[in-house]
Amino acid sequence: MSAAGFALPAVPFAVALIGLLLPLQARAVAAALAVAGAAAALGLAIWVLAAVGDGHESSREWVDFGGLTVTLGVRLDQASALVAVAVGVVALAVQVYSITYLHDDDRYVPYAAQVSLFTAAMLLVVVAGDLMMLMVGWEVMGICSYLLIGHDRRLPEAPAAAVKAFLVTRVGDVGFLIGIAVLGVSAGSFRIADVLAADLSGTTVTVSCLLLLAGVAGKSAQFPLHTWLPDAMAGPTPISALIHAATMVAAGIYVVVRLYPLFLESGAALAVLGVMAAVTLLIGALTATAQDDIKRVLAWSTVSQIGYMAGALAVGSTSAALFHLLTHAAFKALLFLAAGCVIHAVGSNLMSAMGGLRRDMPVTFWSFAIGLGALAGLPPLAGFWSKEGIIAVARHPEGPAPAWVGWLVLIAALVGVAVTAWYATRLLRRTFLGTRAAAGTPHDPPPLMRWPVVLLAVPSALLGLAAFLPAFRDALGLDDVHIDAWLLLPIALLALGVALGWRDLPAVPAFARAFWLDEVQHALVVRPTRALAAMVRRGDESGVDGAVEGTATGTVTLARRVAGAHRSALPRAATAVLAAAVLLAAVGAFL
Amino acid sequence: MRPVIPYVTAALLFGLGVYGVLRRRNAVLVLMSVELMLNAVNLILVTADTTVRAALPQTGQVFALFVIVIAAAEVGVGLAIVLQLYRLRATVAVDEVPLERVDA
Repeated sequence: MSAAGFALPAVPFAVALIGLLLPLQARAVAAALAVAGAAAALGLAIWVLAAVGDGHESSREWVDFGGLTVTLGVRLDQASALVAVAVGVVALAVQVYSITYLHDDDRYVPYAAQVSLFTAAMLLVVVAGDLMMLMVGWEVMGICSYLLIGHDRRLPEAPAAAVKAFLVTRVGDVGFLIGIAVLGVSAGSFRIADVLAADLSGTTVTVSCLLLLAGVAGKSAQFPLHTWLPDAMAGPTPISALIHAATMVAAGIYVVVRLYPLFLESGAALAVLGVMAAVTLLIGALTATAQDDIKRVLAWSTVSQIGYMAGALAVGSTSAALFHLLTHAAFKALLFLAAGCVIHAVGSNLMSAMGGLRRDMPVTFWSFAIGLGALAGLPPLAGFWSKEGIIAVARHPEGPAPAWVGWLVLIAALVGVAVTAWYATRLLRRTFLGTRAAAGTPHDPPPLMRWPVVLLAVPSALLGLAAFLPAFRDALGLDDVHIDAWLLLPIALLALGVALGWRDLPAVPAFARAFWLDEVQHALVVRPTRALAAMVRRGDESGVDGAVEGTATGTVTLARRVAGAHRSALPRAATAVLAAAVLLAAVGAFL
Repeated sequence: MRPVIPYVTAALLFGLGVYGVLRRRNAVLVLMSVELMLNAVNLILVTADTTVRAALPQTGQVFALFVIVIAAAEVGVGLAIVLQLYRLRATVAVDEVPLERVDA
């Protein structure tokens, strides 16, 4: 069992290492290797899911840092196995899809290897039984996202987006690292089981939970560190699918689930998480209603959907959060891959250049429609059940968070349902319905791109119904689904949202500019940092360098002057000698 | 004997020599001015020998003889250098002697 747990990240990691060593021409080998690695990871994850039973934990000592032991271990249960399966499915779909999507990219080979590395890092986070191992996976994901977002060097915005993603998540990661250190030092061990079992003081728990939340906000794109995710759309579309569905943004939520017993001891941390979630949910959803770039709509919708998961965690339910994480992984991967098909066919990201694609691309249209239906929460598609679960939990909050957090999350979630339906309908209408905006003959994508999309449509449609399977409910710890009058409220809000999205409303400036949060961030962080950097640079160049170089130039100048004086012609030299003689005589006379 | 007259004469001679060294551009005249200064010193040495009681008698006169001999040798060397300078540069103006190193 633990061998399988270790193999889960190790196999894609080995594949990534081999892939990084391949020459750039070895496309076929790299593609076969990457797909095989992802398939092996998926197979292992399914096997773990079948065999894990009530959970499995193993660890052995790895390094000893003066009393603090770091262990090498896995911690598996059914929920983590389900997340691993979701990661495997999305990674496999992305690898297969990328073969065709990047068929004319000469840097496909390192790309495929980096995707494998990304998958390995996420699986390491999923199985890690030790906070230090988790941290390693967490950081490797950060560097992979940087590499992959910056993959397309022809795009002018790609390098800046990659740097932004790296730096913004790094800000959160500083908190995350300190949080782990606080936990490890006060519990005396970095093993997750030991940390959860340790008897920590309330202050320690609250401080470390808040620090961890900083990292979670960075990785999971929660307010106020969400600004990197929409810009990360500069990366290739399959990468967006990977980042948004299975890895990276899911990691933050997953880590909170992993350490949830700690959060249950700190009402303050959960209240912060709840406020963060509600703000993120509404900002993301409202901003998505006014974007023209199809990928940015999906990116803001991810921000908003992760807000749902964080909200579920804040009101005390890991199971509702994980359920939404799984359904979201399915339909968001589907949406991004289908959006990739559309971009591939139209040659533009902008919805104003699309429209009327329904007839020319029927397969893509129906897959996209299923994905958007699941996203908006159209019954009986996946998103309906998982969102309904979150709303039900928010109505009856458990956990130590104050009561107003439950109300906040509930209201945000209900408003979010309407706004989600609004932008989903708008996206569908502007992309596939109406009249064609541009010439050309768009067509459904080639098979290697079509099949991942079609296959992902299956869980997007049906995964929600898994909530009626007792085995699935037990794995996540979900409650029974109550079918009652409360189900009508989200449906009514959904209808309202569809009605809003159907009409061609003008884009609200505040939504189109994402509430100017990028500008705020620019004014509050970027510009002071730049000014400070310029000041330090000036100080270094004129202060430190100036002192060193000034000493040298001063000496040389002085030497030149003296040399010049030495070289003077005879009359001046004689004058100097006589003047000195007179001076000496005068001095001698006076003394 | 009144030593004032030779002392004043010597001082005037020396001043004349200093002036010549400082103001003249011609190297031969500069050498002559140096001779004037040396002779002023000789005059002082001889005068002092007759007026001041020294531990060893006649040292001033002996010293003046030394100075005359050395001055003769110095003028010989000096004139040879001036002659060489004239051959090289076709001028004997002292402030036109190039002092910067000429890179080959």
